[in-house]
Amino acid sequence: MNKGMSEIVKTISKIVSPFIIIFGISVIFYGHLTPGGGFPGGVIISASFVILLLAYGKEKILSKLSLYKSDILHDIGALMFLSVALAGFIGGTFFLNIFDKGKLFSLWSGGNLIFSNIAIGLKVGTSLFLGIILLSMVRIVYKENKIEFYEKKEDIK
Amino acid sequence: MIIYLAISIMFFIGIYGMMAKKNIIKMIIGVNIIGYAVNLFFIVLGYKNNGIQPILVPGVSIEEFVEKAVNPIPQALVLTSIVIDLSTICFLAALSIRIYEKYGTFDLEKIRRLKG
Amino acid sequence: MAVNFGFHVFLLVMMIIGSLVAIFSRKLISSLVSLGTVGMLLSIYFLILGAPDIAITQLVVEILALIILLSAITGRDVTADMTTSKVYAFLFIFIFIVSIITFITYSNFIFPEFGNTNMRVGKEYLYLAPLKLKAANVVTAIVLDFRGYDTIGEATVIFTAIIGVMVLLRKKGKKDE
Repeated sequence: MNKGMSEIVKTISKIVSPFIIIFGISVIFYGHLTPGGGFPGGVIISASFVILLLAYGKEKILSKLSLYKSDILHDIGALMFLSVALAGFIGGTFFLNIFDKGKLFSLWSGGNLIFSNIAIGLKVGTSLFLGIILLSMVRIVYKENKIEFYEKKEDIK
Repeated sequence: MIIYLAISIMFFIGIYGMMAKKNIIKMIIGVNIIGYAVNLFFIVLGYKNNGIQPILVPGVSIEEFVEKAVNPIPQALVLTSIVIDLSTICFLAALSIRIYEKYGTFDLEKIRRLKG
Repeated sequence: MAVNFGFHVFLLVMMIIGSLVAIFSRKLISSLVSLGTVGMLLSIYFLILGAPDIAITQLVVEILALIILLSAITGRDVTADMTTSKVYAFLFIFIFIVSIITFITYSNFIFPEFGNTNMRVGKEYLYLAPLKLKAANVVTAIVLDFRGYDTIGEATVIFTAIIGVMVLLRKKGKKDE
């Protein structure tokens, strides 16, 4: 995963990957009407970033979405889910569903299901992307069978 | 009864891969197969003959939906279990990379003799 | 969906053959490929059993697990020796025979028959979700509203696993050398 792949793979993954992200967002947002929800949508969004990582090499992806930014997004997802749960204290108990439940089969229905789906999707997506990109930042020095870790091109001598 | 027997055979294949193989990657594959067998067992427990999926579509009345739908509770349990298994495999792969750095091999026989 | 009983048995036999190839193969790459096959067959079987959102999740999670295991193998040794531990193999055969005999004699008392489930709590959730909560997807309503504590616990477990990976693969600082 250190170097990129050939030109054909780079072009095709550049064209296809925005559609995968939009499909993942649609699975998250309509999670209370169609099969899906927070968990499959989050994994689909992280899969689209993994396709870009495999095609372009990891230096280019780390320059666009660094480890620091995805760490911040990870924390925002977890805190958003906790605040939706703590907002139930306004009604009386922990995790009470206090928002207005609209009509059946429309987009705004089900109370706090939409916010929970968005929070879980953000959290799971960035978690799995972090796990995979950390596993690929390892390089083997072939002379003495050691392993080193590096991030920028200047570390390779 | 045949279906439960086949799922338990798959479970025991996973346990054999975890117990008796000496390569660390084969052990991780065994853990994965155990996860598959347990998730499948839960969903088979909640199946109804000629049942429909537990998602309401705008053409079905609610009484008919309650009579014919498959049990929705095991599906809610399995949905989180699948994503947790993925994080476990990520952690085990990171652990095996560290073991390879220190000993130079994935084989448990050679690691036990080196004691480095 | 309503399919023959033979189709269920056919898919299960293919999954058992796939997992046997994954454990007993010599090269590590071919065992990873057959692990991918078992995962995809499992996704088809979930769709036949009436669980569509689990089929979507299993399909995408399977692909990511293959990528993770493949990135732990490349550059390091790719063949696996055929050594198995003789002591543990005999212990396993003993446990296997005892368990299968116990399973066959007692299975009528423990498990319900395939096709009749006991839906005492499930019927309540199937009534409550479209009428009170006005959500059409009952599985999402159970995961996020009726049983929301389990989702908080699951978010904590994923969080801890990723922090564990970050701690394990840390760069060595200057004072460690």
